[in-house]
Amino acid sequence: MMPGFSRTDHSLLGRWWWTVDRWTLAALAVLIGLGLFLVAAASPAVAERIHLSSYFFVIHQAILLVPSIGLIIGISLMSPKGVRRLAMVMLLGTLAALVLTPLIGTEIKGARRWIQIGSLSLQPSEFLKPAFAVVCGWIFSRRHIIGYAAYAIATGLYLVVALLLLLQPDLGQTVVITSIWLGEFFIAGLPLVLMAGLGVCGVCGLVGAYFIFPHVQSRIDRFLNPASGDTYQIDRSIEAFANGGVFGTGPGQGKIKYLLPDAHADFIFAVAGEELGLIATVFIVCLFAFIVLRGFSRLRSESDLFVTLAASGLLLQFGLQAMIHMGSSLHLLPAKGMTLPFISYGGSSLLALGIGTGMMLALTRRRFSPHEQRNVFQGLAR
Amino acid sequence: MTDFHIRETEEARQRIIAVDGTLRRTTNRAHARLLLMGAVFTACCLAVVLRLSELAILKHVDAPDHVAASVEPPHSGRADIVDRNGDLMATSLQTASLYADPAKVLDSKEAAKKLVGVFPELTYGEVLQKLQSDERFVWIKRDITPKQEYQVQLLGLPGLDYRTSETRIYPFGAGAVHVLGFTDVDGKGMAGIERSFNGVLAQGGKPLQLSIDMRIQHIMRRELAQAVSDFNGIGGCGIVMDVHTGEILSMVSLPDFDPHDAGNAPPDARFNRDTLGVYEMGSTFKVFNTAMALDSGKVKLTDSFDVDHPYHVGKFTIKDFERTKPWLTVPEIFAYSSNIGSLQEALVVGTETQQRFLASLGLTHASPIELPEIGAPLAPHPWTRVNTMTIAFGHGMSVSPIQLTGVSAIIDGGILHKPTLIKQTPDMVQAGTRVISPETSDLMKRLMRLQVVEGTGKNANVAGYLVGGKTGTAEKVDHGHYGKKALLSSFVGVFPMTDPKYLVLAMVDEPKPNAHSAGFATGGWVSAPPVGRVISQIGPLLNMDPLDETSPEVTEAMALETDGKVHRVNLATTE
Repeated sequence: MMPGFSRTDHSLLGRWWWTVDRWTLAALAVLIGLGLFLVAAASPAVAERIHLSSYFFVIHQAILLVPSIGLIIGISLMSPKGVRRLAMVMLLGTLAALVLTPLIGTEIKGARRWIQIGSLSLQPSEFLKPAFAVVCGWIFSRRHIIGYAAYAIATGLYLVVALLLLLQPDLGQTVVITSIWLGEFFIAGLPLVLMAGLGVCGVCGLVGAYFIFPHVQSRIDRFLNPASGDTYQIDRSIEAFANGGVFGTGPGQGKIKYLLPDAHADFIFAVAGEELGLIATVFIVCLFAFIVLRGFSRLRSESDLFVTLAASGLLLQFGLQAMIHMGSSLHLLPAKGMTLPFISYGGSSLLALGIGTGMMLALTRRRFSPHEQRNVFQGLAR
Repeated sequence: MTDFHIRETEEARQRIIAVDGTLRRTTNRAHARLLLMGAVFTACCLAVVLRLSELAILKHVDAPDHVAASVEPPHSGRADIVDRNGDLMATSLQTASLYADPAKVLDSKEAAKKLVGVFPELTYGEVLQKLQSDERFVWIKRDITPKQEYQVQLLGLPGLDYRTSETRIYPFGAGAVHVLGFTDVDGKGMAGIERSFNGVLAQGGKPLQLSIDMRIQHIMRRELAQAVSDFNGIGGCGIVMDVHTGEILSMVSLPDFDPHDAGNAPPDARFNRDTLGVYEMGSTFKVFNTAMALDSGKVKLTDSFDVDHPYHVGKFTIKDFERTKPWLTVPEIFAYSSNIGSLQEALVVGTETQQRFLASLGLTHASPIELPEIGAPLAPHPWTRVNTMTIAFGHGMSVSPIQLTGVSAIIDGGILHKPTLIKQTPDMVQAGTRVISPETSDLMKRLMRLQVVEGTGKNANVAGYLVGGKTGTAEKVDHGHYGKKALLSSFVGVFPMTDPKYLVLAMVDEPKPNAHSAGFATGGWVSAPPVGRVISQIGPLLNMDPLDETSPEVTEAMALETDGKVHRVNLATTE
């Protein structure tokens, strides 16, 4: 990493270095390195199959890592207030983009989720997640000022976002957004009885989705009863883990990447399982667990409710995405296209993760004066 | 400061404290709930780790098994088969076979086109039809090479997969195909040793060691093929046997076929002439006839028989191939292969003794050799006087060439060893059964040597190896008639006659006379030469030193002493 800063260095970077969570930063660095390595292993086969140059995806990923890492560091320098403002702007921007995608978006694999900007196709829903997590957390944290209206506003925002996502249709992101909203609601103090009620609603929602969206229906059918249809991808994925065993077949020696069209994105965990084996996959799981649990643990000594809620929402998004990706490729969950944070190939995903992680690091930095709280007192005392 | 101000400030402070309290409670609850969320997340991570371990260590791949259920993977690790020197004769290799699940194939036309690109031997229509079928499992190509497997993977087509299966490989190709047989695509033995030892081989484990010596097998196959082609025969067979143990060192039947492509072999090529074919052997039977006559004690070496006139039996007229002298002694009858003399010897011995004697040699029952392709001999029923006469010179009874190895008993001290294809360790060698006395056996050795030195088997002689033997030329029965044109020419040789070790037998089916054979296609012309050529090559291979044929020991051992006394036998008086 960078050379150490003196503790008495009060420059912006110096303060940042001594207040940011350096352990999480290190874990992220390892994750990013591992990700680039796995994309390099998996993507040439995919690229050659679709007649791109062998290293197309590797080079793209490496190029996009530069702004992504820049975003992580840049945003983590911000104050919680700055984070909140950025999230607010992003939320408005992505909501507008979500409304527009059905009109101007490019259709890829049966869904209109992407907006083409130059050579880059951006997926607004990726950027929506961190923005929603922060804004939703902020609204929940206003409860002691505006009362239960805070819950109503947060829920209203959630419903709008969920509706827009379902129109795409993008059930996977809807599940993530729902989890962020529910998770923050829970931490904010939702009575357990209501929590159970919402859980029932969530199940009803999924059952509804099952009957409304044919592709969801077929995926869930296939999960519950593999013989009912095409389980090609999941079969190959499972075989890859078994084939890899404990030590893996060795980097580059796997074959799943020749068989799956999304080996470099939605099934990169299977490539890791086949080529690097159980030891490496457990290590990856531990990295994610470390980042999320360490974040939660730091938040337990955080006295600012907004920071606690927003950061735990971001951590929840990060951890949940990893769990869905892993769960899908291990056939613990129905097949769901979800990138593995920082490991899968994906431009929008990398940039959005850069923003989300930057926000999370900014919020979990050590602060010695909970300024938000001070503002509250100032506002009330006036 | 007014009261109002004080009151207002106080209220504000109360509100702040109240809000602060709510906030603190909320924050504390939030921290407790974070702990719970952390626990849930940890549980999820553990579930992932457990599932990863299940897959990576226990390999519990719960892939749909509707495909696996329909095709049981073949049992792996069928045992190898090796020859007596340990050379690999049959082994199993893991090969991939390509199949498709048509339901998973996205674009069957594109897939068919690409597959035909990799396998030019398949036709587009055929592959397309398979890919469009309603089944969930169709074979595209069995036993593909690793390179083809790689090329198919590069196509990136969904719905295709491989099943590894075992392919039986025979490094010598057709070299010993009638011994080894072959397996079907599922690795089940369909013929030969592969079939008769299918159970043992399927269990895997140690290789099965045969008595075959592939070097000798190769020599026999080459020389026999030469003889068949020289005389334009339709086929032939050859055997080399260790007379002391009954081990078959070589067994060739021509034409033969590639065991890797047995399905396309014509029936004639798949026919094992050594064991499945039964033939009237002709004069080679005179070895048995002469031994029987001498061993019975009713015929002496010095007895002579009237062979001047053809013998009329019912509608048949029995003649000699070559007229020599009006009266022939027993050695002369054997050396010149006189039919008339032989039948008289048999008549002296009688039908019952002949029947018993041939049965003791195993000629009336199917051969015990370890192959499924066994032809049962055809013996006359009822066994009449006429049968006795014709069987004396090898007609009227059909046996398989492997049964002719009974000659080994005649020259090996009178002890019969059953032929076997399994290598015999010293403790495994069968005791054998006595069929004639050692004295008769000693006489027979001299007679068979005489046959090669003076008689019709001269072409089998090899300097230094003291070959003895007997020629045979049988007329094949064609729709119930004996026709001169279709012959079965054989030679059964043994060497060295001073202490017989190996029996070499060759037979050519329907040879035609050629430019060098003076118009003949008889055993002496057709089958004696390949036996001679085989002996000259395998003698050194079997570590046999050439003998000095003029040495006193050898001439002594091979001499036939008749003391000039000849006793004319009148059949009328003997009966």
